[in-house]
Amino acid sequence: MIRIENVSLRIRATPILRDINLTIPKGGVVALIGPNGAGKSSLLSLIARLRPLQQGTIHIDGLPVDRTPGPELARVVAILRQDSTVASRLKVRELVGFGRFPHGRGRLTAADLEIVDQALARFDLTDLADRFLETLSGGQRQRALVAMAFAQDTDYLLLDEPLNNLDMHHARELMRSLRAIADTRARTMVIVLHDVNQASAYADRIVAMQNGRIIADAAPLDLLTPDTLETVFGFRMRVEIIAGKPFVLHHL
Amino acid sequence: MAGRRILGLALVAVACMVAFLAIGLRGDIAFVLQLRAVKLAALVQVGVAIALSTVVFQTVTGNRILTPSIMGLDALYLFGQMLMVFLLGGVGYATLDPQLKFAAEILLLMALACALLLPMLRRRLDMGLMLLAGVVCGVLFRSLQALLARLIDPNEFAVAQSASFASFNAVRTDLLAFAALVTLAAVIVVWRARHVLDIVALGADAATGLGIHWQRTVTGLLVLVAALVAVSTALVGPVAFFGLLVAALAERIAGTVRHATLLPAAALTGIIVLVGGQALFQHGLGSGATLGVVIEFVGGIVFLLMLLWGSRR
Repeated sequence: MIRIENVSLRIRATPILRDINLTIPKGGVVALIGPNGAGKSSLLSLIARLRPLQQGTIHIDGLPVDRTPGPELARVVAILRQDSTVASRLKVRELVGFGRFPHGRGRLTAADLEIVDQALARFDLTDLADRFLETLSGGQRQRALVAMAFAQDTDYLLLDEPLNNLDMHHARELMRSLRAIADTRARTMVIVLHDVNQASAYADRIVAMQNGRIIADAAPLDLLTPDTLETVFGFRMRVEIIAGKPFVLHHL
Repeated sequence: MAGRRILGLALVAVACMVAFLAIGLRGDIAFVLQLRAVKLAALVQVGVAIALSTVVFQTVTGNRILTPSIMGLDALYLFGQMLMVFLLGGVGYATLDPQLKFAAEILLLMALACALLLPMLRRRLDMGLMLLAGVVCGVLFRSLQALLARLIDPNEFAVAQSASFASFNAVRTDLLAFAALVTLAAVIVVWRARHVLDIVALGADAATGLGIHWQRTVTGLLVLVAALVAVSTALVGPVAFFGLLVAALAERIAGTVRHATLLPAAALTGIIVLVGGQALFQHGLGSGATLGVVIEFVGGIVFLLMLLWGSRR
C-alpha cells in the first residue's frame, strides 16, 4: 500500500503540490491524469524519493520513503521517468540488466539473466537485445526503459508517461502487458497518462489532478463524465459508453 | 571480446614498460636500471591515476568532455600547495615531513574540490556552463597562486617553486612510496565501485531509482578523484589534456561504457601513452623535453574534435 499524507511541495515560492492525501492499495492499475503542470510528475518523483519530501509523509508498504535505505526501497518500488536520458554506448540487454542492480549490486546471477530475458521478451525487445541504445528510435528506447523498470521486479511500478513516443501497436501492447503484470503478479502500477482513453481501457481507478490538488478519484466509469472532465481539463467533451467503458471524444 | 581487447592492451603496456627500461642502456647498467625503474613506477602511477580520475569524473558529471584538469582541479592542488607555504612560511613548510605535507595537500584538495564541485553538480549545470565554470576556476586558482607567490618573500618562493616544479622529465621521486599507497587504495576502491559507476552513469534520477544514495556516492567519488589528481599533480605537475585523450581512446578501444571494461582499458591506455611515449622520446629520440608538449597537442586536438562533434551522447 502506498500511503501519502498531507504532502505539499514548493519549488522556490511556487506551490506545486498542495496538501495531497492519497492511498493506493496493493494490486491494480491506477492512472494519474490531469493537464500539464498539474503536479503528476512531481507527485511520482516524491513517491520514488527522487525529490526530497518537504512536507507530509509517504509510506510504501509501511516504509517511509525519506528514511528507508536506498537499496531496500529500490526492491519495493521502481520508477520510469518521463525525461530519461541514458548513455548511448550501452546495449539494450545491459540497460535492462541494470534493473537487477538493487538485488545483486551489479553481479548478475543465472536467475537475474533469466529475469532480464523475460523482460526483453515481454516488451518485444529480444531482437534488439544486442543493439546499442544510440541506434534505437525513441519508442524502442522507451520500451527498453520500461523493461529495465520491470526487471527491477518490484511490487510497485511508477511510470511517468510510458506511452511517450510509442506507436499505436506498441502503446497497446505496453498497456496490455502492464495490465497483465498487475493481474497475474498482483503488482501495483501508478501510471501518468495523457490519453484518457488508455486510462479508461486499462486502469482500475483514475486519479485526476489539477493545479497541485487531487480533484477527482474514482473508477473510470464514474470519473470520465463530461462534468468532471470539464473541471479537470477546462473544456467540455463528449463521452460515449462502448462495451461498458467510457470513451472520451476529446478531439472533436 | 572485451576481455581480449584488455589482454591486448595489457601486452602492449608491458611491452612499453620493457622498452622504457631497456632502450639505450649503457654505462653502469644496474644503476641506470634502478633509476629507470623508479621513474617507471612513477609514470605508471601517473598514467593510472589520471586515466581513472578522468573516467570517474566523466561518469559523475555525465559527459565525455570534462576532465578534472579542465575543471581546474590540478590548478587547485597547486594553489593549495602555495597556500600552505604562505600560511606556514618557507622554513615551516620545508621542514615538514614531505609525506605529511603530501597527505595534508591531498586532504586540502579533497575539501576544496567538494566545496567547489558539489554545488555545481547539485544545480545540474549543463556541460557548457560546467566547462565555462571550470575554465574560470582554473584561471582563478592559477591567478591566486601567482598572487600568493608575489606576496611571499623570495626564499619562501624558492621553496614553493621547488615543491610545485615537476614534469614528465623531473618526476618527484621522494613522494613515490606514499603516492603508490594512495593510488593503490584508490584503484581498489574504484574497481570495487565499477558496478555502482555503471549505475551512476545513468544519471541522478535513474540511479536514485535503483537505490543509489546519489549525494553520498557522488561525494565519495569526487573525493576519490581529488586523491588521484593530487597524486598525479604532485608527481609530474599539471597536465591539461592527457586525461581527455586517454579516456577518449579507452572508450573507443573498449567499445563499451561498462566500467568493468572501461576502467582497466583506461588505466592501460594511460600507461601505454605515458610510458611508451616517454620511452620513445627520452630514450628513442634522445630529446626528453617534448612528450608533455606532444600529449597536450594531441589531447587538445581531441578536445576540439569532441567539442565539434558534440560527443554524441
